[in-house]
Amino acid sequence: MASPATSHQAHDHAHDLPRGWQRWMNSTNHKDIGTLYLIFSLFAGLVGGALSIGMRLELQEPGMQFFSNPQTFNVFVTGHGLIMVFFMVMPALIGGFGNWFVPLMIGAPDMAFPRMNNISFWLTVAAFCLLILSLFMEGAPGSTGFGGGWTVYPPLAVQGHPGPALDFGILSLHLAGAASILGAINFITTILNMRAPGMTLHKMPLFAWGVLVTAFLLLLALPVLAGAITMLLTDRNFGTTFFDPAGGGDPILYQHLFWFFGHPEVYIMILPAFGIISHIVSTFAKKPIFGYLGMAYAMVAIGVVGFIVWAHHMYTAGLSLDTQRYFVFATMVIAVPTGVKIFSWIATMWGGSIRFTSPMIWSIGFIFLFTVGGVTGVVLANAGVDRALHDTYYVVAHFHYVLSLGAVFALFAGWYYWFPKMSGYVIPDWIGKLHFWVSFIGANLLFFPMHFSGLAGMPRRYADYPDAYAHWNLISSIGSYIFAVGLLVFFYGVALAFVRKQQAGDNPWGAGATTLEWTLSSPPPFHQYETLPKITSSGH
Amino acid sequence: MRIDFLRFRPLFALTLAFAALAQPALAGTGQPSPWQMTFQTPVTEVARYIDWFHDGLLWLIGAVVLFVLALLIYVMVRFNEKANPTPSKTTHNTLIEVAWTVVPVLILIVIAVPSFRLLKLQLVPPQADVVIKATGHTWYWSYEYPGNEGESFTFDANMIPDDQLQPGQPRLLATDNEVVVPVNKVVLVQVTAADVIHAFAVPSFGIKIDAVPGRLNETWFRAEQEGIYYGQCSELCGQNHAFMPIAIRVVSEEQYAAWLAEAKQRFAATGDRPVTVASRAPAAE
Repeated sequence: MASPATSHQAHDHAHDLPRGWQRWMNSTNHKDIGTLYLIFSLFAGLVGGALSIGMRLELQEPGMQFFSNPQTFNVFVTGHGLIMVFFMVMPALIGGFGNWFVPLMIGAPDMAFPRMNNISFWLTVAAFCLLILSLFMEGAPGSTGFGGGWTVYPPLAVQGHPGPALDFGILSLHLAGAASILGAINFITTILNMRAPGMTLHKMPLFAWGVLVTAFLLLLALPVLAGAITMLLTDRNFGTTFFDPAGGGDPILYQHLFWFFGHPEVYIMILPAFGIISHIVSTFAKKPIFGYLGMAYAMVAIGVVGFIVWAHHMYTAGLSLDTQRYFVFATMVIAVPTGVKIFSWIATMWGGSIRFTSPMIWSIGFIFLFTVGGVTGVVLANAGVDRALHDTYYVVAHFHYVLSLGAVFALFAGWYYWFPKMSGYVIPDWIGKLHFWVSFIGANLLFFPMHFSGLAGMPRRYADYPDAYAHWNLISSIGSYIFAVGLLVFFYGVALAFVRKQQAGDNPWGAGATTLEWTLSSPPPFHQYETLPKITSSGH
Repeated sequence: MRIDFLRFRPLFALTLAFAALAQPALAGTGQPSPWQMTFQTPVTEVARYIDWFHDGLLWLIGAVVLFVLALLIYVMVRFNEKANPTPSKTTHNTLIEVAWTVVPVLILIVIAVPSFRLLKLQLVPPQADVVIKATGHTWYWSYEYPGNEGESFTFDANMIPDDQLQPGQPRLLATDNEVVVPVNKVVLVQVTAADVIHAFAVPSFGIKIDAVPGRLNETWFRAEQEGIYYGQCSELCGQNHAFMPIAIRVVSEEQYAAWLAEAKQRFAATGDRPVTVASRAPAAE
């Protein structure tokens, strides 16, 4: 099965070109695996999105309309959170775009461990299947699925859900975590060892920087989650009492362990997005990135500080005054490197010659909406104010502004930016713009009123609410339907690109696109850089 | 002791539109009101401080957002392809890079001062006049008024189902038994849970504290206005998480004394649960 496309030694059968299902099932090619990750995350995103539409239908008006059992609503809340975090944003940003473009951008022929790359992907699929199965297993008595939130706090996750649903969920998280750790090792090794000659770390594209920092966060944070949920598993099934006060354990211990993972996790979801935005802004402003080193080290700083702020998720748990003081200040520090990123993007555009393509308007939308989500983070960092806002819709608004309007907008920006490179085809620009405006209006209608209901006191994870909150909830629900319509536009655009087959060319974006992937054909050859590119000037 | 946010007056003009949105006349007292966009009316010193501090933060973050928006609009207008066909090659400006690092640090330090004061106000309770123990159960709250032997009593507070609501009782907020406390007295609430984690919260008092099994958390309030104040469980606790409200009635001292006498009779007589054993619970802090 030696391929005519490669002229390597005969024994090097890693360079075979498998066909049909084997090409995908057994793939060791970073681009194919990246494609698999992207398709997977689109599918998982539809499932997670459907769950959120279910929630918005229920919350559209006061009273219980769609769910006969409020516990089922809780299961939807939990499923939505877990799926969007572990099976949509992470696989898309890291597995999808990371796999596709880190090797291309650093001038590497492939990832360092191509077979490990394969197992990373298929473990993620297995994990997703387990999570979906868990929705149909008994959880709380008399209902199916686990409804204790993505945070899986005990004791609700122990005596509150005696059925096997959460055991499936824990196994799912273990597999997803193992997949991510393997992926992280792969990225770290690739980025540290396989950069093209001349590409020092300080010349490396910012997306690779984002993925490198993310990979370290994954490597350090996920084992802590694995430990916590393993203790949860033994508490549930083997009579241990790590988190049970009746046996000398402490439910708060779990919260510390979870958030030691959970807070870096939110940066895991946003750092690769930062990298994508930097490239798009630079490309369409036709200017190199402003303050490149500041941008790179701001991501490093966010990653480092991200590990020492976890208890700001626990201000109401009963922490001491001094503990809360520390976490208030440490948390606010994160605003500084984040501000550096925002201002540097604007400075990159300053003096530029901006072309408003669809990836660019998604990116500008990202910068603005991420700022809105970021500043409410500064409000929430203050434990005194968080006392009033903790576990209200204000928090839901905050983290959806940074994730749903932040990470997801960056995902779509990256999609419209790199789709021509990945597929070779063009999505008509008006589709990306229409999708943007529908999503922009929908998502803001959806999430902005949540600030108001949160300030007015509406607790989150509620299947029904006092009648006074009805108006803002109706607006939120309408916003979610509009956002869903935007997705139809998106899929129409993708389908249209494959039907029309309009060729994109090697570099559809012009002189501003300076990273290495634009020097290759679209789509790139199955194996690229038979001759390694030499980096002479700083090409970021 | 307050930082005067009026010092940010130049920013006021910028944030006027934003603030107009966020300053409606509607704000429920003790419960939310339709279209409400702000906190429920504060009736304790802590809640007032939260309200004031949040308002200050809102001006600040509103100004930051508008500043970023203004910059974005400026670059989009001034530096688009038509207006500026030849891009510059500027990639560094040490002065501005230092400025946008140092200025946020200074702003955050200014924020930290009132933030730490508020934190101390919340977490260092004054001498208590009344002590109440609230215990979260799936899915209701029980309250204990500890006292001397034979004096203490315990009762449960369940949500009133929709079909049994009396006129004036808000849906999902009203409870069959209300917690009654005297006005202008420091009430210390000890909070724990019997099964899973719940959270005890009353927005108008500015309090929220998790009810954790095996832990005795505490919070305090000193309500300055008589009336009925509602709160809701604020930590996901399972099926009926949305249906275990908190209702606290603040009354005059005379009414409180009368209620106390009556409650001792009633809750001792009905004997929902043994009350004597728990009566030695710590009453003083």
